[in-house]
Amino acid sequence: MINIKGLKKRFGRLEVLKELDAQIQENTITAIVGHNGSGKTTLIKCLLGLDKYDGGDINIKDFKLNGDWNYRSQIGYMPQVARFPENLTASEVITMISDLRIGSSTQAEELISYFRLVDEMEKPLKTLSGGTRQKVNAIVALMFNPDILILDEPTAGLDPVSSSLLKDKIQAEKASGKTVIITSHIMSEIQELADTILYLLDGKIFFDGPVNELIAQTGEKNLERAIAKMMS
Amino acid sequence: MLVLRTILIITIMSSALWAGLVQVGSNYHYTTVAEGLDVSLSGDTVFVHPGTYVESGLAISHALTLIGLDNPIIDGNHSGEILTVTADDVIIEGFTFKGSGLSHLDENAAVRFEEANNGRISHNRFEDNFFAIYISKSENVLIENNIISGLAQTESRSGNGIHLWYCKNINISGNSISGHRDGIYLEFVEQCEVTQNHSTENLRYGLHFMFSNHNEYNNNRFDNNGAGVAVMYSRHVDMHNNVFADNWGSAAYGLLLKDIYDSNITDNQFNRNTVGLYSEACNRIQVEGNNFENNGWAVKIMANSMDNVFTHNNFLANTFDIATNSRQNFNTFSQNYWNRYRGYDLDKDGIGDIPFHPVKLFSLLTEKNEPALMLMRSIFVEIMDLAESYIPILTPATLIDAEPLMRINS
Amino acid sequence: MMTLLKIIKYQLHDLLRGKWFIIYTAVFFLLTDGLFRFGGDPGQVSLSLMNVVLFIIPLVSIVFGTMFFYNSREFMELLLSQPISRISLYLGLYLGLALPLSAVYLIGVGVPFMYHAGIQTGSYWILLLVGVSLTWVFTALAFLIAVMSEQRVKGVGMTIVLWLFFAILYDGIILFILFALEDYPLEKLTLILSLFNPIDLGRILMLLQFDIAALMGYTGALFSKFYGNMFGSAVAVFALWTWCAIPVWLGYRAFSKKDF
Repeated sequence: MINIKGLKKRFGRLEVLKELDAQIQENTITAIVGHNGSGKTTLIKCLLGLDKYDGGDINIKDFKLNGDWNYRSQIGYMPQVARFPENLTASEVITMISDLRIGSSTQAEELISYFRLVDEMEKPLKTLSGGTRQKVNAIVALMFNPDILILDEPTAGLDPVSSSLLKDKIQAEKASGKTVIITSHIMSEIQELADTILYLLDGKIFFDGPVNELIAQTGEKNLERAIAKMMS
Repeated sequence: MLVLRTILIITIMSSALWAGLVQVGSNYHYTTVAEGLDVSLSGDTVFVHPGTYVESGLAISHALTLIGLDNPIIDGNHSGEILTVTADDVIIEGFTFKGSGLSHLDENAAVRFEEANNGRISHNRFEDNFFAIYISKSENVLIENNIISGLAQTESRSGNGIHLWYCKNINISGNSISGHRDGIYLEFVEQCEVTQNHSTENLRYGLHFMFSNHNEYNNNRFDNNGAGVAVMYSRHVDMHNNVFADNWGSAAYGLLLKDIYDSNITDNQFNRNTVGLYSEACNRIQVEGNNFENNGWAVKIMANSMDNVFTHNNFLANTFDIATNSRQNFNTFSQNYWNRYRGYDLDKDGIGDIPFHPVKLFSLLTEKNEPALMLMRSIFVEIMDLAESYIPILTPATLIDAEPLMRINS
Repeated sequence: MMTLLKIIKYQLHDLLRGKWFIIYTAVFFLLTDGLFRFGGDPGQVSLSLMNVVLFIIPLVSIVFGTMFFYNSREFMELLLSQPISRISLYLGLYLGLALPLSAVYLIGVGVPFMYHAGIQTGSYWILLLVGVSLTWVFTALAFLIAVMSEQRVKGVGMTIVLWLFFAILYDGIILFILFALEDYPLEKLTLILSLFNPIDLGRILMLLQFDIAALMGYTGALFSKFYGNMFGSAVAVFALWTWCAIPVWLGYRAFSKKDF
């Protein structure tokens, strides 16, 4: 599904990704984990074309990333921190993005009610709480029914109710055949959601395999401990 | 006009009782002007009836009155001079003179007076001549109400509209002159009055004055001439109530003065000229009651000009009011109105309490370095001018109007 | 193309809610109206506005443009994860600012002109042309600086330095050169130097409508011969728009390589 080969990215003198190789299978939930500054977000941004990588190749489905932007119509992206033009309302943002993306969204209404945002839609985004904005963010990612979902710390800032609503939604997406890439610091969440784990260390893949395999290998009772053990 | 003309003709005809009367025309015995002039005796009147007479080299050598009836045309066909007068008491009136010959050797005129005193040239039209009226070494000649137009293209291939050379007591009035090299040209001329003429669209100067003392010109209008009006090397010239306007372009002046002494420039209008009044090596000129409006430089006064007085003039909306080329100043500026003046008048006597510096630093810089003009109205220049106006370092500190008027002079 | 237009549309939508635009319009409107009320004829009003246009427009365009770019960061990030090309986004952002800024100027100056003096010729149109051109040039420069510099404070500082350079220092340098090399024929040099400052180009275009044509012609200078005809004016306008095109292009190049 997604094939990454020899990916290199540096910011000035700082080498963030060092010839990274990875594959992401179709219809899985893949978690990208690693400590702060390990290159998780950079990897995601490379997939999205937000960051321009210095070397290597990325293939998404049969498409080789080369600066053409059309492939992004198959991706829904939920950034770590939701950033919107401050003067717009949530519904304006949604209208705008539907307007800009060819083929309008049929799911927006459904998602709005799913995330219980009906009353918040007409307020300027700058007046909304972080969590609410994060939900708008999720709607933007999901509403075009993309084949690939990329979620950067999706539950950060969400209240428990919303958080489980989102997790349910992610599971449902996978069930309907989607490929999901997720990053998170919360290992329990990853254990709950992910099939596969990509462990990034020092700009390379340190571990790549199914979650349960990792737990089984280390003989620990959960993912958090498994990773801690692996690192020691 | 017609009545006057008729009375005039009757008067002349009756005078023919004791002086001879010669008729020229296609229906008369004499069909050419030359024949008519030939048979005339001193004191005769020659009437020329309407028609076109292609003739040149005509000569009048005795007192004569030559009258054109209903504007007959004498066409010189661009060969030589049309009419040369070498006698006193000659009157020429009512003709259209056309096509005196262009020459690089001879100054061919439509009508030339050569040592011919007490004459008059009036109510004629002059079209497409090399020189139109040329008066040389003559006195007491009246040139009035002629309409003179040329087709001058280049200075070297054109002559002057009215050209005076070594003359005295000439009165030039009510003429309109255009399309020549200089509209009116005076050299070695004394006691002349130039009044109520309109000189426009001449290639070089509307009026050009050289070595001519004790002359006066007033109530004339000089506009759209190549280089405005030039008065040079003369004394006791009185210039008043004239309009100098729209002499706009390279090296164009409203009034260019060079080596002029003891003269007056009063109550004139200088509008929209590149340089309104330019003064070089001029002394003791009284410049009073003039209006300088919308000129590039209202006044350019070179440092070799001394003891000139500028007073009760209005300076309005000029790009530069006064420009000079030195820190020295030997002229007096007093009680003028400057629309740029931003002072106050606490004692309400109509005179500003702080002096006005009419020379901008930038105008001084451009005087030294012309290409600097490209920086005009740049913010840098405005800042520089502002600073200089508080602490004059380069501009003449004594070139000030210590008593600037608060209100415009009417 | 459609995407570009849509981006411009949303930019406008977002911008027009800010108070900036109302203030900017009001400044031009009140100034022009005031100049007419204090008895200026259209020519004098144009002349007085000229200094304001040459001073304010570059400053506002470059400072506001940079801040606008920095503040659009969220919008960019949101849109760049969508199937949208960077060129559409960059041009959309640029046009989305340059268009309303110049429209606001045209309204602020044009409307009082209309009801005080009717439709004018000559200097009035040049005033509008120069104002609009400088808006586009300095917005382009603003974007270029903002793309190149991640740090906001540094970026805004650079814009002010650049503005000071073009608005004031450059002319000081020209004057210095003119006097330092007084003994050489400098006309060609001044001609060339004038092409390298958009504010000078605007100023010269306007001066040609007023007095400089005749003043420069005082010596029959090359300068006036060059700028005093249609060809020279056309070159000046072309140079001014090159001043817009090159920064837009450089800005886009940097933008297309930028990491978000």
